[in-house]
Amino acid sequence: MESQQTLVNATDRMQLGIETSTLEGRNKVLGFWVFLGGECALFASLFAIYLTLHGQTLHGPTAKELFNLPLIGLATLFLLTSSLTGVLGINAMHRGNRRSLLRWLGVTVLLGLAFLAVQVIEFITYAHEGFGFSTSPFSCAFYALVGFHGGHVAFGVMWISTLMLQLKKEGITARKAPKVFIASLYWHFVDVVWVFIFTVVYLMGIMGV
Amino acid sequence: MRLKNRIGLLLLMIMLLFGLTGCQRAEMSVFDPAGPVAKMQLSIIMISIYIMSGIFVVAMGILVYVLIRYRSRRGQNQPPKQVEGSWVLELIWIVIPIILLGILVVPTVTSAFVLDEKPAGPNVLNVKVKASQFWWQFEYPDLGIVTAQELHIPTGTKVNLQLETTDVMHSFWVPRLAGKTDLIPGRTNTMWIQADQPGQFQGKCAEYCGASHGVMDFLVVAEEPQQFQAWVNKMKNQQVKPASELAAEGEKLFAQNCASCHAVAGTNYKGTLGPDLTGFAERSKVAGVLENNEENLRKWIADPAAIKPDSKMPRLPLNEKQISAVTAFLRSLK
Amino acid sequence: MAKPLEEVMRHPVHTVVTPEKRFWLLDYLSTVDHKKIGQMYVLVGVFYLIVGGLQALLMRVQLFSPDNHFVSYQLFNQLFTMHGTNMIFFAAMPLIFGLMNLIVPLQIGARDVAFPFMNAVSLWFTFVGALLVNISWFFGDAPSAGWFAYAPIGLNQFSPGHGMDFFIIGLQIAGFGSLMGAINFIATILNMRAPGMTLLRMPLFTWTSLVASGLILFAFPPLTVGLFLYMFDRLFGSHFFDAAMGGNPVLWAHLFWIFGHPEVYIVVLPAFGMISEVVATFSRKRLFGYTSMVFATVLIGFIGFMVWIHHMFTVGFGAMANSIFAIATMLIGIPTGIKVFNWLFTMWGGQIRFKTPMMFALGFLPTFVLGGITGVMLSAAPADYQYHDSYFVVAHFHYVLIGGVLFGFFAGLYYWFPKVTGRLMHEGLGHLNFWFMFIGFHLTFFPMHLAGLYGMPRRVPTYNAGVGLEIWNQLSTIGAFVMAVSIVLFAVNVAYAFIRGKKAGNDPWDARTLEWTIPSPVPEYNFAQRPLVRGLDPLWMAKEEGKATVPPAEPLGPIHMPSNSYLPLVMAVGLFIAGLAVIYHRLFFTVLGLEILALAMLYHSLNDDEGYHVLPEEQPLAKGEGA
Repeated sequence: MESQQTLVNATDRMQLGIETSTLEGRNKVLGFWVFLGGECALFASLFAIYLTLHGQTLHGPTAKELFNLPLIGLATLFLLTSSLTGVLGINAMHRGNRRSLLRWLGVTVLLGLAFLAVQVIEFITYAHEGFGFSTSPFSCAFYALVGFHGGHVAFGVMWISTLMLQLKKEGITARKAPKVFIASLYWHFVDVVWVFIFTVVYLMGIMGV
Repeated sequence: MRLKNRIGLLLLMIMLLFGLTGCQRAEMSVFDPAGPVAKMQLSIIMISIYIMSGIFVVAMGILVYVLIRYRSRRGQNQPPKQVEGSWVLELIWIVIPIILLGILVVPTVTSAFVLDEKPAGPNVLNVKVKASQFWWQFEYPDLGIVTAQELHIPTGTKVNLQLETTDVMHSFWVPRLAGKTDLIPGRTNTMWIQADQPGQFQGKCAEYCGASHGVMDFLVVAEEPQQFQAWVNKMKNQQVKPASELAAEGEKLFAQNCASCHAVAGTNYKGTLGPDLTGFAERSKVAGVLENNEENLRKWIADPAAIKPDSKMPRLPLNEKQISAVTAFLRSLK
Repeated sequence: MAKPLEEVMRHPVHTVVTPEKRFWLLDYLSTVDHKKIGQMYVLVGVFYLIVGGLQALLMRVQLFSPDNHFVSYQLFNQLFTMHGTNMIFFAAMPLIFGLMNLIVPLQIGARDVAFPFMNAVSLWFTFVGALLVNISWFFGDAPSAGWFAYAPIGLNQFSPGHGMDFFIIGLQIAGFGSLMGAINFIATILNMRAPGMTLLRMPLFTWTSLVASGLILFAFPPLTVGLFLYMFDRLFGSHFFDAAMGGNPVLWAHLFWIFGHPEVYIVVLPAFGMISEVVATFSRKRLFGYTSMVFATVLIGFIGFMVWIHHMFTVGFGAMANSIFAIATMLIGIPTGIKVFNWLFTMWGGQIRFKTPMMFALGFLPTFVLGGITGVMLSAAPADYQYHDSYFVVAHFHYVLIGGVLFGFFAGLYYWFPKVTGRLMHEGLGHLNFWFMFIGFHLTFFPMHLAGLYGMPRRVPTYNAGVGLEIWNQLSTIGAFVMAVSIVLFAVNVAYAFIRGKKAGNDPWDARTLEWTIPSPVPEYNFAQRPLVRGLDPLWMAKEEGKATVPPAEPLGPIHMPSNSYLPLVMAVGLFIAGLAVIYHRLFFTVLGLEILALAMLYHSLNDDEGYHVLPEEQPLAKGEGA
């Protein structure tokens, strides 16, 4: 099986749908879409909690006093771009181009790391401004929602890095392709959640809604 | 065999109907309402019991018929006809339940809105209910009275209750007067009750609230308006005079040991952590659950945790004689 | 999936030989076979059913008379908390997952579930989650805030011990297991059906399992979030639910019931499925109104998410909200009614055989109908102000959960026991088991309706004397012991089946679906040849055509099997260590536990399992044996 696959890779032939070429692959892709359905319910709950508690600032700072929009904008830029590079990676996988795939996944991981770095800076700044995890229900809900998302990004970074190691070793095989594909699905999902966080938490927070 | 089992169920249903006719001594029975709220709720309960009994009888009738008629018998070599379904039949058991539920929806919604009204006006009595682990305080803001464990109300008057809790969730339930409303931290809920006849109505905490949830009882005492007015006047003009030497000594002990938590109108004792004890001797219960007599009061003071575990009231370092003194003082609070 | 033999031969990478036999215990600890996993789920479920049952008996003894001091009030509160938690999370859920594992792949003609490895992970997470909650007794402090653990009674201030922490972390871990299980079954049912089995040819148990898995998928995440926040509040000083610090205790109630109401359907829908199979088989008739049954199942699942407020009618959301949720709740009565009448009309015109599975299905009908109609009664919000949190509610949900789930489960267990073990249980003992359970059940729970209406709140260790409550409580206590006898009879029957039970053969019940086309017990690869499905009830179709079995859809060939692995167990142990450590704020052990989990995941990801192949000559069926 593997030897065949490498042969195919060498010819750089189009491999559209390689991720669903085996039953195992189809199961993975379907199962992962299902999982993302559950993730939607998870984040929906976190958003609901945030919207319920974001007015309860007690003596701590409010959203308006706190948020630094240019910094968040930078983070948003990193993450949105990484979604694009993720797509380019999958595109390369479909072309059977391992080197290009690895390159784009690498860029995606770096952008994810950049996003995380900005988020760490953001959180440290907030902590210095007296906005810790347990300052107020608002801060709890904020860190729960944004922190859960950040945790997802961190997990994605580790996941894609592990996949890169495997791809380096074994190439694009019918076994690896679905793993790469679902990792990219995951990455897009995390990205979409961020769009909602950016809107609901940051933009609405700045506008004092 | 199935038949026996049907008969057993029927018997139980008859027992239920027996219960409905009120043969029991039912001081807390939902079937024995004493005010408009509980009556309204009982009428919905009865409507739903009738509708649902009809459905139950029909379904079980079919079941019994089918079990007798379509038992497998000897000599049935051919399997039965395989039927896919019947749209007509299936439509019937979609439409009929919709109609029946429609009948139930009407009183449900109308009563929900009636019960949700906040009565106002000069004839309405306002009471603030404050629940704590494991006792109830009743404050009459317009009358300037605070009492505990026993809620006095005049008959024929709507009583507007404002419900708050100082610690965990509780729920205010007087089965004969009204269903429950929860008391929730950070929230003020309201409900209204009315008693049409004088009497004592048992109340229970109905939301699990800790070790002594099961004994977090209270009473609603409904009196004719004149008697209620008399009670109000008495509560407002309290003069505490210990009736005996023992009671006088008890008052001293009370001041040292109890007054930081308990208040008594007409004295300097203004504690608010525990129940207000104004007019304590007139109450019918000690701690809301025990009959109010000397023995029970001694028992309670000697070891509150034996009656209400996790109660905030500590076991005070009093000897037998001192307990007698405090008891005498409390029993003089008329 | 089987590969053509030539391809297998061309690629010697694949082991063609069955791996050496392991000692049975080690085999079970490392298995990824859905049948063995299913058996272990059932064992876990039955174990906690017994634990929860004993806790219930202790409570019933306490409530035999008012002012009883058989147990202390605090212990009583721990008992009802653990009883509810065990029965819902660690008895009902594992039993449902157990039967899904045992039967669903067989019913759809699959060789395994979509993710065999993850299936084992689900099992072991459920196992350690249950263990973590229950060992709280041995750490001196079982939780006592009730199974829905309302805030603030479950927060540090009012539950200072570690019991609640065990509860939160244990449920969280078991919840992850359930979530993975649900994903697994959705993928399995959608992707791995035998050729020709369209969605509307799936047996009803498979359909209900699919819908229940969908409910788990959307219902468990809110609980996951809620439990995380609860954990933050208790262990890391946040204020999500603490009203004194601006938090909102009702938020937890919402999250819990958004999970909690669908949870009822999660456990009861598969039971409906089992009843549908049993009623059709023992009436020897096709399920009446199959399409509307499927439709009703989906509808129940859908509306199930829009009714959670009916658990909170007394919270004071106002007449408008209560009315809307009252009507939504009543609507659920309609698809449920469709199901009941379809079962009745399946039997109409049939040839009903009163075997033990059918007895439980017949016992289910009146019991569940009573639970259903009290459900509609409860939905009328103003009346619910009276019923709410009283023994009426206790009676109602036991009618649904025992009358619905447990009777359904026993019907399913008696029905499929021969398929799983190859042995038949004793019919006479089975009938005795049924009658003790049926009579004991109604004796226990029917009086509770009346106790509730006579003013008895739930979760009380004592009740007012002299107001007509004694008789109902005494009947309940007696009934509880009758039910206990029925469980003992069940255990005796299982033992009998293993020692002297008759051999079952492929199809002991003259049944209709695919699982009865293969030997009992089922070989590890399930189907030597995957069957070709041409309609609902494929086995029955074949019988009507005078054929012995369903035609195959593929030639004989080597069958690919996944290898055993200890990693799922290792992952669960890692999570268990981390969970226990976080309760006691031991950072080192928390990290260590999570590290074990992460490394096991990494190892699994980096080392692809090549599996092995079972060759045709190793398949007894292929050689004409066991047919």
